[in-house]
Amino acid sequence: MSQHTSALAIETAGLVKTFGETRAVDGVDLAVPAGTVYGVLGPNGAGKTTTVKMLATLLRPDGGEAHVFGHDVVREADEVRGRVSLTGQYASVDEDLTGTENLVLLGRLLGHHKKAARERAGQLLEAFGLSDAAGKQVKHYSGGMRRRIDIAASILNTPELLFLDEPTTGLDPRSRNQVWDIVRAVVAQGTTVLLTTQYLDEADQLASRIAVIDHGRVIAEGTKGELKASVGAGTVHLRLRDGGRRPEAAEILRRALDAQVQLEPDSVALTARLGSATGDTAAEQASRALAELARTGITVDNFSLGQPSLDEVFLALTGHDTHEARDARDDKDEVAA
Amino acid sequence: MSTATQTEAQDLAPVSAESLAALLVTGERPPRPSALSASLTFGWRAILKIKHVPEQLFDVTAFPIMMVLMYTYLFGGALAGSPKEYIQFLLPGILVMSVVMITMYTGVSVNTDIEKGVFDRFRTLPIWRPSVMVGYLLGDALRYTIASVVMLTVGVILGYRPDGGVGGVLAGIALLVVFSFAFSWIWTMFGLLLRTEKSVMGVSMMVIFPLTFLSNVFVDPRTMPGWLQAFVNNSPITHLSSAVRGLMAGDWPADEIAWSLGWAGLFIAVFGPVTMRLYNRK
Repeated sequence: MSQHTSALAIETAGLVKTFGETRAVDGVDLAVPAGTVYGVLGPNGAGKTTTVKMLATLLRPDGGEAHVFGHDVVREADEVRGRVSLTGQYASVDEDLTGTENLVLLGRLLGHHKKAARERAGQLLEAFGLSDAAGKQVKHYSGGMRRRIDIAASILNTPELLFLDEPTTGLDPRSRNQVWDIVRAVVAQGTTVLLTTQYLDEADQLASRIAVIDHGRVIAEGTKGELKASVGAGTVHLRLRDGGRRPEAAEILRRALDAQVQLEPDSVALTARLGSATGDTAAEQASRALAELARTGITVDNFSLGQPSLDEVFLALTGHDTHEARDARDDKDEVAA
Repeated sequence: MSTATQTEAQDLAPVSAESLAALLVTGERPPRPSALSASLTFGWRAILKIKHVPEQLFDVTAFPIMMVLMYTYLFGGALAGSPKEYIQFLLPGILVMSVVMITMYTGVSVNTDIEKGVFDRFRTLPIWRPSVMVGYLLGDALRYTIASVVMLTVGVILGYRPDGGVGGVLAGIALLVVFSFAFSWIWTMFGLLLRTEKSVMGVSMMVIFPLTFLSNVFVDPRTMPGWLQAFVNNSPITHLSSAVRGLMAGDWPADEIAWSLGWAGLFIAVFGPVTMRLYNRK
């Protein structure tokens, strides 16, 4: 079972999927090392879900090749299915059934005997904090509970590769953190995770390597550090006590930090987009800026540091923001898929 | 949906990382289930759905009762002198007609169910692919059996006395359920082929009405014009209702049974692969 010689969990070359006129996935090359979390980052309609569906043997590629643990996703689909689990964007459990019934059903389909399936279902519900809701139909679950039961269903048999397609979209911050904890626990046991997300901070929290996808193509790939370096270190947002000194402050920031400075509609606020050329972290650069401003006698009422956002990654990588990307693509592939 | 907000994440017990880790480590990997076992498991899913939404049994209880009462009293006096005499002839036929009509709900439920996220999961399981559909139809076979029992009960109350006794009646129901199981593959095909529930209903009606009415369910085909007899005498529904009628009357209509099973085999052979092709492409 684990004698695959390649250390790659996923390897694709020129993967293509078209829906009518739309090239939803337009030549994607991925190399996902086994045992890691690999983030696929992109806006709605970028082709993330379609890519995952091809890798999970749900869609047949129209071109290119994809191997999961060395097995071709088309010719050896069954081999692939035995090794992967998918947690889709929409709950991949049966909403009409209870939590227990869902897990027992899947346990049986994975070949467990009735007793073993029941036992495993009970243990999973317990571990996921769902024991109280075990007898309730999933349609009465909250968003956070659905994701939990969904992920529980995915690890009934510990998969070698787990696809998590936007696992936290629509969740409140608290539930999102809980899902992240689960993902970390799963990866700690050696499962490879392919995570798609629209949020850079999610990829940042979990993934070791990230591919940015837009218009069905990988437009950037690398470690978190590499990717962030390409968009700068982040932003620093300042509010001055005296709006009249804003032009002066902007000039100082430009000089001291080599940053692009933007004046906000609020007449006392300004934002500096920090560069990464110096290798300093955003915090180091920000403290330098504050010291400069203090020396000139400009009082800062309030300041905050911002991580580079997905929008900024996109702006830097493509020259257009995610909303344009979304409009241009009409969300077509996500719907068709 | 509105009830979802009642249970917020705040009330949830925390995820236990240690027990989760233990579960992931100990996870043994059993051999894949056999085709039969996977199909039966999906059949169990269908039964669970009935358990949670018992209202869906309406079409296999109220509808058949209505059919027996309506046609017995509507046609009984005119066609056989009295409802009591007519029901001896009608009941096996109306049984066939009602159950075959009920099969069309399979298409509707496949159509609405297939769009759900859980099918993505089923499709990524290393199991015998048709087991999902077979499971559906096994659950439906239970529904057909319920409908048959309900109709027979009503029939017996109205005065139907099968000469074949319990054995003949059971044999008749068994043949009917087997045929309906096979016939349902037409609907799984339409359920996957057509885009909306409404169009599935529409097409099903177009097929089912002529097919069931143009048969020997209500009257002897010898009273029909020649061109219609040609159709009626070769209709699978006519063969089936003759076979069921014979079995329940205590005969052994070997020819009609063979014809019914032959048609059943043909339906599976043709519509089974088409259904699976559509399912794999979805």
